[in-house]
Amino acid sequence: MKNRFLAGPYLLWMAVFTLIPLGIVVYYAFTDSITGAFTLENLAKIGIYLPIFFRSMGLAAIACVICLIIGYPVAWCIAKASPSRRRLLSMLVMLPMCMSFLLRTLAWVALLEDTGIVNQALGAIGLGPLPLVRNNGAVILGMVYNYLPYMITPLYTVIMKIDPKLEEAAQDLGCSGGQVFRRVTLPLSIPGIVSGITMVFVPAVSTFYISQKLGGTGTVLIGDVIESQFKTAYNPNLGAALSLILMLMVLICVGIMNHFSSDEDLGEELVVQ
Amino acid sequence: MMKTIKRTAVLLLTALLLVPCLSGMLAAPVQAAEVTINVYNWGQYISDGSDDCIDVNAAFTEATGIQVNYMTYDTNESLYTKLKTGGSPYDVIIPSDYMAARLIAEGLVQKIDFSNVPNAAYIDEAYKNPAYDPTSEYTVPYTWGTVGVIYNQKYVDEADIGGWDLLWNSKYAGKILMFDNNRDAFAIAEASLGYSLNTTDEAELRACADLLANQKPVVQQYVMDQIYDKMIGEEAWIAPYYAGDFLMMQEENEDLQFYFPEGTFNFFVDCCMVPACADHKAEAEAYINFLLDPEVCGENLDYLGYSAPETAAKEYMDPEMVENPIAYPDEETLSRGEAFIYLPAETNQYMDALWLEVKTGGDDTVRMLIIFLAVVAVILAVLLGYSLRKKRRKARRGTYARS
Amino acid sequence: MKRFSKIFTVIVFVFLYLPMLVLAAASFNKGSDVGAFTGFTFQQYGALFKDHTLLPLLRNSIITAVLAAVISTILGTMAAVGIFNMNKRPKAIAMAITNVPMTNPDIVTGVSLALLFAFAGTLMRKNGVMGFWTLLIAHITFDMPYVILSVMPKLTQMDPDLQEAALDLGCTPIQAFFRVVIHEIMPGILSGALMAFTMSLDDFVISYFVYGPNFVTLPVEIYNYTKKPLQPKIYALFTLLFLVILALMVIMNLLQNRDNLRRQAGRGRGRA
Repeated sequence: MKNRFLAGPYLLWMAVFTLIPLGIVVYYAFTDSITGAFTLENLAKIGIYLPIFFRSMGLAAIACVICLIIGYPVAWCIAKASPSRRRLLSMLVMLPMCMSFLLRTLAWVALLEDTGIVNQALGAIGLGPLPLVRNNGAVILGMVYNYLPYMITPLYTVIMKIDPKLEEAAQDLGCSGGQVFRRVTLPLSIPGIVSGITMVFVPAVSTFYISQKLGGTGTVLIGDVIESQFKTAYNPNLGAALSLILMLMVLICVGIMNHFSSDEDLGEELVVQ
Repeated sequence: MMKTIKRTAVLLLTALLLVPCLSGMLAAPVQAAEVTINVYNWGQYISDGSDDCIDVNAAFTEATGIQVNYMTYDTNESLYTKLKTGGSPYDVIIPSDYMAARLIAEGLVQKIDFSNVPNAAYIDEAYKNPAYDPTSEYTVPYTWGTVGVIYNQKYVDEADIGGWDLLWNSKYAGKILMFDNNRDAFAIAEASLGYSLNTTDEAELRACADLLANQKPVVQQYVMDQIYDKMIGEEAWIAPYYAGDFLMMQEENEDLQFYFPEGTFNFFVDCCMVPACADHKAEAEAYINFLLDPEVCGENLDYLGYSAPETAAKEYMDPEMVENPIAYPDEETLSRGEAFIYLPAETNQYMDALWLEVKTGGDDTVRMLIIFLAVVAVILAVLLGYSLRKKRRKARRGTYARS
Repeated sequence: MKRFSKIFTVIVFVFLYLPMLVLAAASFNKGSDVGAFTGFTFQQYGALFKDHTLLPLLRNSIITAVLAAVISTILGTMAAVGIFNMNKRPKAIAMAITNVPMTNPDIVTGVSLALLFAFAGTLMRKNGVMGFWTLLIAHITFDMPYVILSVMPKLTQMDPDLQEAALDLGCTPIQAFFRVVIHEIMPGILSGALMAFTMSLDDFVISYFVYGPNFVTLPVEIYNYTKKPLQPKIYALFTLLFLVILALMVIMNLLQNRDNLRRQAGRGRGRA
């Protein structure tokens, strides 16, 4: 069939604007910022930044787990609601994704800072200001808040697709409510869980805005370092090297996650509503 | 289903088309023939018409017909990076002295045609042929100023003020802000240690980095212009910053006070330049000329609180501002100020690396690693458990089928 | 279980919407500090409409998002059909390429495109490469995979006999394609287009690396705004946008509900 040539423009486009740029990133990662000569120095610097990589991945992983724990019951609740309510609720989940996440994150700063709304309220009932912002907890909160919809949407799509007859059958065969969930619903929603974790982990691990606003001096993430190399300390070579390592780490994580999912196409759950 | 989707699509499209039209009507009418220059300046660094002050850009457009596309950056270093990365045709930039020297040395700026800038005649002799541009061919001074310490008198004990050491005082831990750019931050460490603000000695720079790392536990955040909201809203109590910005902040919160610390502090001149990548050089020079006009300069700086490099402008300023000892300190104080000069590329790079180390260093790394590994292990264990069980079940089903 | 998860869902929605309420409240605040409500006023809205910079930026954002969505939908749909008809191996490669921008962190995509454009700029000896075109290219690049991933399942679900039937009935292959295939996968195309549009409209990270001074989008400028003392008119803009999007979504929802009801009624009549 000739149809397959319809993919030509797309593949050409992706080659020029995805693969070649990645090639340039690799090139920069292996060259010196001043002389332009081949060097391994940029990549060797990963030793210094390893702690930051771990911090980014640690915070992102925690955010993922919290998103999953919070998101699953919500997704389940939406999936089991009546069709009209289901549509309304899933829209309400999607809506924050269309609004400026920069301003929404800033609103959390206004809520949580020492002179913020929450601490004012606490002060009114005689409690001293609590350190709610500029720590790891606040960064995790920011990640959970920003990326929770990316967890709920694929979960909800997958749970909705589960044939209710399967659950009924399990019940008829003598399973208790908990058993039905553990043996039927949960295993069948694994593709959604995998896709949700990926959709949360990838942006969370590479964020720089959330840590800039909600984090303090001790919560610099790898995204901050990369951003600063391209935006303030002119050293695109170091930035490229760190981007390359970040990309590889994410690929490994996603690869491991996808290994457990039968679904090959990542993100499909998010797209199909 | 199809029908709804079609209808929604139509609805969405109409809405989408309407919004640009509406905003197009609301936006300022732009004529194609007009020239627009890209002005790239520090944030909070021009009188923009608020508080009934002059709107410099609007006044310029009115006077010359040239449109201004005004954009801002927050540090000299981000301006440098933007120019070095390329791709952005700015026409006027306003870097500080040391950055001006660096831009000249690296050929990122071009000479100004002074026949287009007659108002340069108003510039005081003291600001002509400065160290950063010995022949005054590339730069035109915009303002000058000093760096000192801002504090909130409601919370800070008068006994603690006086030196740079207030910024290290653990009594105010979590309420202290710090510069978010390496040159200004290092200058404070250098001043506290008694080094030159332009030291190129690696051991001295290393000592400064250690001092800054020591400061980190008491620092609330590294900021630039966010300092306004933080100090005015009393989220932070102590911060080093530029004197001109302090005067603007004090108008909003009268508890804010300022002092020049003992020892040295930075004295700087910010100047207008035309980048090599400028598309509209003549118009850029017209803009620079406009900024130098004594009346414009006076009204602009009256609002900004920064100090004027031309005496003629003082006539147009509020006398209170001209008398202000923070904007125009006495000779004795000024003699303690030290200007930044151009540092060699290696020193810049070394300082960049040290600064990144200061900002990224932390002590909870091991804890984060353990947490990360624990979380990953749990996720993997759960998933592995499920996939193993699935396989076992499949295998069992296979045996059933065969039997 | 059900009771608990319902209450829990309500709490999560409060969590999701609380910051937006804070911003909406701030847009009616007389003072500029979000934390201290000093009095009710509409003056921020007045300031917003007098502002000559913010609204053109919104227009820039919408222009980029619409164009990126349209182009990526066309290219993406073509690609999906093409990839669908490929043999197993090329198909796997094409899908792997599609997954690259989806699994790559945004910051890496942004950085890599910025390096590419800067490099191309030096090659062409042009000062101002960063601008509308770089922004549009970047947006199309990250939009297309979403379109492909939402069209693909519809192609898989489609009955292959349909196309053959059309051919048997005398359609040319091109006619068959437009009348049958496109018609069948339309829901996927539209949801892909919608997805692309929303992703583009609110994209900050990638735009932040490839924008130029002559064409700035709203999220990028909002970032620049957050580095300065905040001006409350930005909250007014946020509130207005929120209301527009909410209204659009509610209307969509109502239309869909009415459609479903009508279809149910139709089915009921059919049975009777």
